[in-house]
This record gives sequence, C-alpha cells and structure tokens, in this order.
Amino acid sequence: MDTELILKVYPYFLEAALITVELSVLTVLLGLICGALGAAARLSRFAEVRFLGAAYVSFFRGTPALIQLFLLYFGGPQIGIQLDAFTAGVIGLGINIGAYMAETMRGAIISVDRGQGEAARTLGLSRAQAFRKVVLPQAMRLMIRPLGVNINAQIKATALVSAISVVELTYTAQRYIGSTYKPFEMFLLAGALYLAIITVTGKGVAFLDRKVRLQ
Amino acid sequence: MTKPPFVEIRHAQKSYGSLEVLKDISLTVERGQIVAIIGPSGSGKSTLLRAINDLDPLSSGEVWLDGVQVNEALPHRQYEKHINDMRQQVGMVFQHFNLFPHLTVRQNVTMAPKLLKKISDKEADALAEEQLDHVGMLERIDYYPSQLSGGQKQRVAIARALAMKPKLMLFDEATSALDPELVEEVNQVMKKLAEEHMTMIIVTHEMDFAASVCDRVIFMDKGVVVEEGPPDLVFRNPTQERTRNFLRKHLEGAK
Repeated sequence: MDTELILKVYPYFLEAALITVELSVLTVLLGLICGALGAAARLSRFAEVRFLGAAYVSFFRGTPALIQLFLLYFGGPQIGIQLDAFTAGVIGLGINIGAYMAETMRGAIISVDRGQGEAARTLGLSRAQAFRKVVLPQAMRLMIRPLGVNINAQIKATALVSAISVVELTYTAQRYIGSTYKPFEMFLLAGALYLAIITVTGKGVAFLDRKVRLQ
Repeated sequence: MTKPPFVEIRHAQKSYGSLEVLKDISLTVERGQIVAIIGPSGSGKSTLLRAINDLDPLSSGEVWLDGVQVNEALPHRQYEKHINDMRQQVGMVFQHFNLFPHLTVRQNVTMAPKLLKKISDKEADALAEEQLDHVGMLERIDYYPSQLSGGQKQRVAIARALAMKPKLMLFDEATSALDPELVEEVNQVMKKLAEEHMTMIIVTHEMDFAASVCDRVIFMDKGVVVEEGPPDLVFRNPTQERTRNFLRKHLEGAK
C-alpha cells in the first residue's frame, strides 16, 4: 500500500469530505421538511391529501435515487428546470430521503398509544392541541433513532451525486484514481472519511436519543 | 315544561360493520346520581360510556347533557368547537390511566386548564395542589408517571379530570388494570367524590363497590339494557334470567 501517496493527497480528500458533509446537512434538512410534510399528508383526514402523500412516498421509495437525480439534472432542462449539479443533488436527494423520513415519522406518530390522544381529547383539547402537546412530544422520542438510520443512509447516498459530477468525496477518489492508478488506496481513503462522518453523526444521534429519554 | 334529565341517552345504536354493539339503548341519569353499568365483556358497556362524550360516536341516537345535545350534527369546524366545549364538562378516567408520560404529575393536571381556561402559572399550581391533595397525591406532585404505582397513577388521572371542574365523571373500568391491593385506594377516592355529589357513570366489574356506592345499577348484555334498578334489587333480586346467570358466574369468579 502506498502510504506516501495517501499522505500526499489526503488534504484534497478532506476538502472533498467537507462538500460531502455540506451535501449531507442540506439534504437531511430538506429531507426533514419533506418528511414532516409527507407524514402530515399521510395522516390527513382528507382522502385527497392522503393520496398525495402516499403517491410521494411510493414514487420516491419505488424508483432508484440515481434515476431521480438524472431525471432532475439531465431531464430538467427539457422542461425548463436548469440547475447546477450541486443544487440538483441537494434537491433530488433531499426529496428522496424525505420520502423515507415521512414513513419514519408517520410510524412514530401512529405508534404512540391511542389512549394518549383520547385522554387529551376527553379533557377538551382540540385535535391540533392534542397532537402538539401530547402525541408529538412522545412521537419525537420514538423517531430519533429511526431517523438516525435514515440519516446514515443519506450520508452514504450523497456518493450518488458524483454521477452528475459534483466534486465530493467519491468523485474526488475517482479523479485521483485517473491520475495515480491506485484505486485501492484512493477508495480506502474515501471509505475511511465516510466512516468518520458517519461515526460522529451516529454518536450525535445516540446522544440526542439519550437526552430526550431521560427527561 | 319539566326540567330535562341531566344526562339522557336516546335510542343509542352503534354498529361496527355488521356487528351491532348497541341496540336502541335509552337511559337517563339525574344530577348527583351515581350509576354503575355492569355486564359481561363485549356487552357494549364501555362503548356506551365512550359514546357519552362522543369518543366512540353512535351510529344513530342522541346524547344530551344538561339540556345540550352532545353529538349534535354540525359542520366539521363547528362540531369540533362544540365537542371540545362539551368534553371540558365531562371528565373521563380510563382503565389504563393514559397519563401523559412526558409530563410530571403537576403538568398532567395543569395542561388542559392552562391551555383551555387560560389560567396563570400561579393559579395552575394552586389548582394542581388542590386537586392532588384531594386524591392524596400531593407529595408526588413533581414525579413522572413512570415513578408511580398503578393506584397512584389512577388517582392522578382522576385529579387531572377533576381539574377541568367537570359536571359529570365517566369511569371506564378504572380499577380493572390494578393489582388487587391497589384497588381500594382508587375506590376510596371515588367514594369521596360520591359523597361530594359528583354525578358519575361507572363501568365496573366490581359488584361490591357498585353495591355500596351507586344509586342505580344497569345490567347490559349483548348491546341491550337487560335490567336496571337500585343495587339492592338488581343484586339481591334480579328479575331477569341473564342477570342471575351473570351475577352467579361473577360471584363464583370472585371467590
């Protein structure tokens, strides 16, 4: 193994890892917003809205994220949507992970004991008040860990935007392989950096989970 | 014009698909009365109780409380406002307590009054102290529900319901989930409420309690009221075969 080469190129990989972190943060934020909207739609009392939510979830979970990304980046200009690669990556992957997060959030909300909402309603709270004050705080506790799983998957999924030439970690590895012909070292280095990002994130999620559990 | 009954159920009917769980039930409860509803499981007694505050809406029939129809057919928004108003007047206690686990005992009691009656923090604290003292739970005011025994949880749940100053209390098998040695402390609280002339409708499996506290006992089976009357009559001298069978089985089971 060419450790000298690794030491020489790793600052460039660190820079690329920063782009990966940026992509992860932005797609997760967008995903949380889309997820909350999707979950709300899936739980709506209006059948039409529930249908829209279900359609969103089934389309984005039922097709490859790479196809969705290509559709937006390469297909978009055909219907008047011109986006640079980074923006297309954030929007495409954010909406995609949002579909998974919607299901995670919905699952947490419906697994709060039905008696909780009932008790709140019998005290005279409105549907919205019962949800905000009683159901949601309990659902939040339940959704942190599974959302952590979604986030873990999302960090790794940012590698997909290398296919639309965003210069993140995976793309950088491929570029250096082109000039050094050392795929083993380059992919190993990229992998190690992904692992570092995911480990830190995982610790953060576990910390948050412990904190709300103790309250 | 004569005064309408305090609680009146008119021709209550409810079906789940082809299963009819309530078959044309009518009954009234006067202010200050304590009524027990007994009967085998699946008889519809909990469903009937839950229909009173429209938690399980009836398929047809009417529920009236103090001259106002609880389940009035209204457009959605108006109905929501109406039913929230009605429910503030009806306290409910559940078999599984349904305390809010993320809130302390104090917060469990004060949440609804703070939200709905816009009382200040200070007033809310005084209210919590008063209600918890009433059920003997004042010293646990800053505990979380998970730190309490079943009997203590149920007493807090009663305090939570009373904090809204309801006109009517509904008890849905309030002691069925408790260990036998914890039943008495909850019964004591309910007896205290009875002495204060709170109107109560109690779904229960405890015949002794029903006999000692209630003014009237209603025996339900298969979605109908089979027999009703003062506890002495229903327990000692039931006129219906089904009531006799139920009581015989139940008293044997208790031994």
